[in-house]
Amino acid sequence: MPPTTRLTRRAALALPAAAALVRPAAARTRGELMNVSYDPTRELYRRINPAFSETYARAADADIAVRMSHGGSGAQARSVIDGLDADVVTLALAHDIDAIAAAGRIAPNWQSRLPDNASPYTSTIVFLVRTGNPKKIENWDDLTRADVQVITPNPKTSGGARWNFLAAYAWALDTAMGNEVRAKAFMQRLFHNVPVLDTGARGATLTFTRRGLGDVLLAWENEAFLALKEEGAGAFQIVVPPVSILAEPPVAVVDQVVDRRGTRKAAQAYLEFLYSPEGQEICARNYYRPRMKTVADKFQDLFPKLKLFNIDERFGGWARAHATFFADGAIFDQVYQPGG
Amino acid sequence: MSHALGRPHLVIPGFRLSLGLTTGTLAVLVLLPLAAMIAIGLANGVPAFVAALADRRVMAAFRVTIGAALVAAVVSAAFGLLLAWVLTRYRFPGRRIIDAAVDLPFALPTAVAGIALTALYAPNGWVGGLLAPFGIKVAFTPLGIVVALVFVGLPFVVRAVQPVLEDLPAHEEEAAHLLGATPAQTFRRVILPAMAPALVTGFTMAFARGLGEYGSVIFIAGNKPMLSEIVPLLIVIQLDQYNYTGAAAIGTLMLLASFVLLLAINRLQAWAGGR
Repeated sequence: MPPTTRLTRRAALALPAAAALVRPAAARTRGELMNVSYDPTRELYRRINPAFSETYARAADADIAVRMSHGGSGAQARSVIDGLDADVVTLALAHDIDAIAAAGRIAPNWQSRLPDNASPYTSTIVFLVRTGNPKKIENWDDLTRADVQVITPNPKTSGGARWNFLAAYAWALDTAMGNEVRAKAFMQRLFHNVPVLDTGARGATLTFTRRGLGDVLLAWENEAFLALKEEGAGAFQIVVPPVSILAEPPVAVVDQVVDRRGTRKAAQAYLEFLYSPEGQEICARNYYRPRMKTVADKFQDLFPKLKLFNIDERFGGWARAHATFFADGAIFDQVYQPGG
Repeated sequence: MSHALGRPHLVIPGFRLSLGLTTGTLAVLVLLPLAAMIAIGLANGVPAFVAALADRRVMAAFRVTIGAALVAAVVSAAFGLLLAWVLTRYRFPGRRIIDAAVDLPFALPTAVAGIALTALYAPNGWVGGLLAPFGIKVAFTPLGIVVALVFVGLPFVVRAVQPVLEDLPAHEEEAAHLLGATPAQTFRRVILPAMAPALVTGFTMAFARGLGEYGSVIFIAGNKPMLSEIVPLLIVIQLDQYNYTGAAAIGTLMLLASFVLLLAINRLQAWAGGR
């Protein structure tokens, strides 16, 4: 076979692949905001953005288009630190926005600039089980039973997984009357039941729903609701444990970027829209727990009541929780050390 | 040097210009990023560099990565040789389609390959479902890593061996046959020595690719620390913790290990070729 034909053939294979990489540039309107967010918020902001654009067009007489970027919370924060021009960040946990602030791109007091710890919506960690709950999983201690397989992503790479870990740990610590050695042993037994550590929350959801692995998925409440909706309610059901963690995904304006691009007013309005009655209702309809009492009352049948503890009271905030649990050689690493 | 400057003999003019361009390109595209990585890794001093690596979990990841890449390269070499042999020595319907399909793993995004392989080999997948009754688990075990690496490594072996096989004159085999060699002897004494350099090249490329592969592996590996966590994932984990120094330190050791291994294989190849 002459070499030329092979080259041509290879080029023919490569062309569609190259074409797929070149995306058309986004159409520019009069103003543009870039929202850098984490994985499970795709569906939420797909609804929020057009509603905000419409409201803002009426109120401020300016057309603002919002562009989105989604990914793992930590990786997204790193992109912003490394120079991605985000006007606002809406991430999975305060630790990631703290990291951006430490790099000087956001003012250190960001969390007090907006109400409710700068978290317009909250969520919690629940169990997603197969229909009929065949393994009878009701509470955290069921996760350590020998016949139960647990699916959760890797806390090192996934923000959601860190909330999972802390929720389980806090329950174990309370049950063991504050005995940390026993709480750690509990976590060791729990992770002994984890067959796969996906890198992100969405990956873990797919492992549970599509690959059929595991008896229970530890998931964001919004992600669990979404799995029910996407996969049909027949196959799975949500089990709400009696106690869980109050997850507060925070938002912030990226000062360095909005001051340079002159978008502060629009960016601020965008985040405030999340707190407005309309924004809160969109949050609730996308399975995030709204902060506003009137909206929360309206959707109270959707979100079961449970005892929620918060990270500042239990673990002294994200900076300390991260150092205690997820830094190199900290508790999560010890869980996986042989004989640790 | 003066000979190299002799203009009439050269296809590409300007020895100095071309040498300058190539070394400049090499420096900007390859050496500079590598140097930056090493500099970042050493930013906090040598003790911090060593501390980032002297961790059981890091060492376990190196064992998993190098071991899986080695096993996968051996499997790729065996099956790649067989595949190249069939493609060059036999004429059958669909041969050209199979020949073209060999290149697909080059073009396919590795994440797609990883997801597809995971779906196939998961306990509820087509292949995984067949293996499950025998207690064989592929997806979410180190074996899954090998499967993914064979997928990305196989084309390297086929494409390295195929041209050599095509050029291998059939009359040498015929002569061996006429002189009374058995098929096994012909293969071992006549065909294999001629192909050995190409086969080692293919093996080396498959192995090198396996050492650095990330996209396809993370979906099928299960990513359990100490068991099925690969070095590239560990680097991503360090970055996710904003630990640039740790990530660069692991990257530097990976680079060093790869370089030593590949150099050793090259020397082996030179030694085998010169024998």
